[in-house]
Amino acid sequence: MDITTLAALEGNIATIGYGLAALGPGIGLGIMVAKTQEATARQPEVAGALRTNMFIALAAIEALGLIGFAAGFVF
Amino acid sequence: MLAAGDGGSFHTPTLADFFPSAILFEGTPFEINRITLVRFVATFVLLTVFVLAARRARLVPGRFQGGVEMLLDFVRVQIVEEIIGKKTARRHTPLLTIMFVTILAFNITGIVPGLNIAGSGVIGFPILLALVAYVAFIVAGVRAQGGAHFLKSSLFPSGVPWPIYFILTPIEIISTFVLRPATLAIRLLVNMVAGHLLLVLCFAATHFLFLEAAGALKAVGAVTLAAGFAFSAFEIFIAALQAYIFVLLTAVYINLSEEAH
Repeated sequence: MDITTLAALEGNIATIGYGLAALGPGIGLGIMVAKTQEATARQPEVAGALRTNMFIALAAIEALGLIGFAAGFVF
Repeated sequence: MLAAGDGGSFHTPTLADFFPSAILFEGTPFEINRITLVRFVATFVLLTVFVLAARRARLVPGRFQGGVEMLLDFVRVQIVEEIIGKKTARRHTPLLTIMFVTILAFNITGIVPGLNIAGSGVIGFPILLALVAYVAFIVAGVRAQGGAHFLKSSLFPSGVPWPIYFILTPIEIISTFVLRPATLAIRLLVNMVAGHLLLVLCFAATHFLFLEAAGALKAVGAVTLAAGFAFSAFEIFIAALQAYIFVLLTAVYINLSEEAH
């Protein structure tokens, strides 16, 4: 054993990559849903329109998390 | 410690669970393995439910027909009419209803005790439905606005100064024509894969802890068993939620295509 190796780690870096990739969408989704809830509480009659926009934004934000997950398998 | 995979007889779940050995027609595109059988069972149950409900449909429904009607009304009122609006709702309701019940049936097999694998846990079915949704929203857009105008309104949204189009249009191309079907498919697939792996982990851990672990660790087996039950309930919720999100997003994309900007 060569004396220059002090420690060694083994595993797939895709798990760390996905962990990092989940940070942004997690925070983003939390903020977005919180704001939608707040706006619905202020003005319940526009709840339908707010919900529709929430789902459009959900698709876009979740895309980033999903690409992070899939990238681990592709690369 | 436990899930390190080297604990002798503790088998961590892997992605190989989703590629079981073939039962019939091995090597051909029509290969039948356990997941295909699960899909057959789900389809058979789905068809049976709907044929029985529609067989002698009465104006004042009995309990079973009433239940199926509640499901159909949920899709028609809460998803189609709320998102697309009543004018074109009639045209899109059949497709969206079929997508919803199919995804729900295929997802729910993941927690059915004998089946234990989601029919939508392998990439083929989610990709197929994402392609159907893709064609649906493009056709809806072309039918409502005409081909060239549909491309113009989706790739060159109005209300921005023209130099921005150099950055905005490539982003819109990728976002609308690549990411929408891809994320629809991947979202459904990954939710089902993750749920299955979680459930297998819980129950395999319970098995290992109860049968093969040293004294004090056996008590932890009770915890993982309770977690298994909790996650099964959670998976039922996720199965329904993912079906709802898939169909809702398809309806939203159809609506965005139909609205002339």
